[in-house]
Amino acid sequence: MTDLASRPAQAPEAGARRRRAIGAQRLSDATILLLLIGMIAAFSVLTPAGTFLSLSNFESVLLTASQLLILSCGTTFLLIAGGLDLSIGAVTVFSAVVVAKVMGALAGTAAQAADFQYPNLAVAVAAAVGGGLAVGLGWGVLNGVLAVRTRIPPFIATLATGGIVLGLASVWTDGQNVQNVPLPFQTGFGLGKLFGVVPWPIVIAAVVTAVSWVLLAKTRFGLHTYAMGANLEAARRAGIDVGRHMVLLYAGMGALCGLVAIIDVGRFGTASITSHSGDGLAAIAAVVIGGTSLFGGRGRISGTIVGALIPAVLQSGFVIMDVQPFWQNVAVGVVLLVAVYVDQVKIRAQTRA
Amino acid sequence: MTTGASDPGAYAVRVRGVRKRYGHVEALRGVDLDIAPGEVHALLGDNGAGKSTLVKVLAGAVTPDEGSIEIGGRRHRFTSPRDAQRAGIETVYQDLALAPTLPPDANLFLGREPARPGLLGRLGFVDRKAMREAAGTHLRSLNSKVQDLGAEVGSMSGGQKQAVAVARAAMWGSALIMMDEPTAALGVAQTESVLDLIRRIRDEKGLPVLLISHNLPDVFSVADRVTVLRLGRRVLTAPIGEVTATGLIEAMTGADTLRGAS
Repeated sequence: MTDLASRPAQAPEAGARRRRAIGAQRLSDATILLLLIGMIAAFSVLTPAGTFLSLSNFESVLLTASQLLILSCGTTFLLIAGGLDLSIGAVTVFSAVVVAKVMGALAGTAAQAADFQYPNLAVAVAAAVGGGLAVGLGWGVLNGVLAVRTRIPPFIATLATGGIVLGLASVWTDGQNVQNVPLPFQTGFGLGKLFGVVPWPIVIAAVVTAVSWVLLAKTRFGLHTYAMGANLEAARRAGIDVGRHMVLLYAGMGALCGLVAIIDVGRFGTASITSHSGDGLAAIAAVVIGGTSLFGGRGRISGTIVGALIPAVLQSGFVIMDVQPFWQNVAVGVVLLVAVYVDQVKIRAQTRA
Repeated sequence: MTTGASDPGAYAVRVRGVRKRYGHVEALRGVDLDIAPGEVHALLGDNGAGKSTLVKVLAGAVTPDEGSIEIGGRRHRFTSPRDAQRAGIETVYQDLALAPTLPPDANLFLGREPARPGLLGRLGFVDRKAMREAAGTHLRSLNSKVQDLGAEVGSMSGGQKQAVAVARAAMWGSALIMMDEPTAALGVAQTESVLDLIRRIRDEKGLPVLLISHNLPDVFSVADRVTVLRLGRRVLTAPIGEVTATGLIEAMTGADTLRGAS
C-alpha cells in the first residue's frame, strides 16, 4: 500500500534527479571552460599589453601544453575504461633515453659530431623515432598485460613498473642526461615549424588530440571504452574482448609516451632523467579537471584539452607577472580538488536514482 | 505431467535429458523441458532445485554433462554464451548487465553497434543515427516507458533499467528470451509494467519467454505454462489454468514434506 501511494510522488522526483545529473555534467564541462577563459582574461588585463595576450605567447603556451596534452589524451581513454597508468613519466624518460642514445650513436662518429657533421642523420632519426615508439609501446603492453592478467590494481602495478622503468633508465645512463643529440634534429624538428608557422610539437599534439576525439566519440572502439569503465562485466557479456581492449589502451598510452619522448628530445636536445617524474600525475590531474571520471565510464577529449591547457596558461601568466611560477602547482591542486568533488557529487546523484 | 503435444516441431526449444554434476552434487538429473513458440513459460523451484543451472545451460554459460538442446528442430551444443546468442537465445540476468553511463540506444546495441556505410564503417565508425532510430522504434514497439533516448541509463528508475535490459534481449533474441527474476527488485507499478513488457514480447514479437521467478502472483498473471523443478528433476509441467498456488508450492517443496510437517 505504502509502495503504491508513494509512487506518484516519486516519479517527478526521479525526473528532476536525472535532469540534475545530466545538468551537472554539462555544468562542470562549461564551468571548467569558463575557468580557463577567466584565467586568460585576468592575465590579459593584469599583464602589460602585448605580453600575455600576444600571438607569440599563445604559441609558447601551446608549446608548453603540447606534451601534457598528448599524455592526457591517452590517460583519458585509460580512465574512462577504468584503467590507470602512473608509469607514463618513467616510460617517457626511458623512451627519451632510447631516442637520444640511438640517434647519437647512429648519426656519426664522436669526431664528426664535434664538428656538427652527421653523415647518417636520416637513418639515425628514423631508427631513433621507431625505437622510441617501440620501447614506449613495449612498456605499455607490459602494463596492459599486468592489468589484465594479474589481479594487481593498476595503481600499484603501474607505480611499480614506473619505478622499475625509471630505475633502469637511471642505471643505463648513470643518472646523467643523454646529451649527444644531433643538432639538426633539434633545430629542424624540436624548434622547427610546419610551413614556418606552427611548431611541430603543436602540430603533433593537435593531430593526436583530433584522432583521440574521433576515436572516442565516433567509433565502436570508443563506445566499448566507455562501456568497460561503466560496467566491465556487462561489456564482457556483450561479447567485447575486454582483455584485448585494455591491453590496446595501455599499449597506446605507452606509444604516446614514446611520441612525447621524441618531442622532448627534439625540443631540449637532451634526454632528461629527472624532468618527467611528475608527468603521470599531471596528466591524471589534467584529465580529471577536464571532467573525466576517476570512477570510469565518463569523460571527453574536449574537457581534457581544457584541463591540459590550464597549467600552461597559469605558468605563462605567473612568469609574465613575475609571480613565482610554483603557484601554478598550488592553483592546479585546488582546481583538481574541486573537479573531483564535482565528480563525486555526480556519481552520488546517479547511484541514488 | 508432461504436455500432450507429441510433434517435436511444435516446440521452439526442446531440452532432453540434461544432466550436470558439480563434484558430488548433481544439480540436474536428466531434465526435459519443452517451450512452445510464443508462450510465456514459467520455471519454478526452490533454492537448489536446479533452475539457475538449467538457465545457464540454455544461456551457454554451463556445458551439460549429458543431454541435448534443440532449437527449431536443430540440435545445438553450446560451449560459450556467444554460441547461445548465435542460436537466438538472449538472457536478462538479475544484475541487468547495463552500462550505466551510456544512453539506452548504446546499451541496446552494446557489442553489436551498426557501422557507418563505406570506408568509415570499416574504420569502426558507429552509425549513431541509425542506432538511435532503431532503438527508438524498438522501444516504442514494446510500449516501453523509456522516453529519453539521450539520458544515461544509470539515471533511470529501476523499472526503466529493467525495460532497457528486456528490450535488448527482445531485440536480438530470435528463439528464446530468458529472464532471471526480472521483478525481484521492483515495486508494484514497475512490476506490472515489466509483466506487460513480457506479454508484448510474446504477442508482438511472437517470441517465447522463459521466466524464472519466485513470485507466484507474477507467474499466474503472465505465464501460459509452468514447469517446476525439484532437486534437479522436473516434477511438473502444466498449463497455468490447470494448477493452483498450493499445488505449485507442493510440487516445489515436495508434497510429502508438507504433509510430514503438518
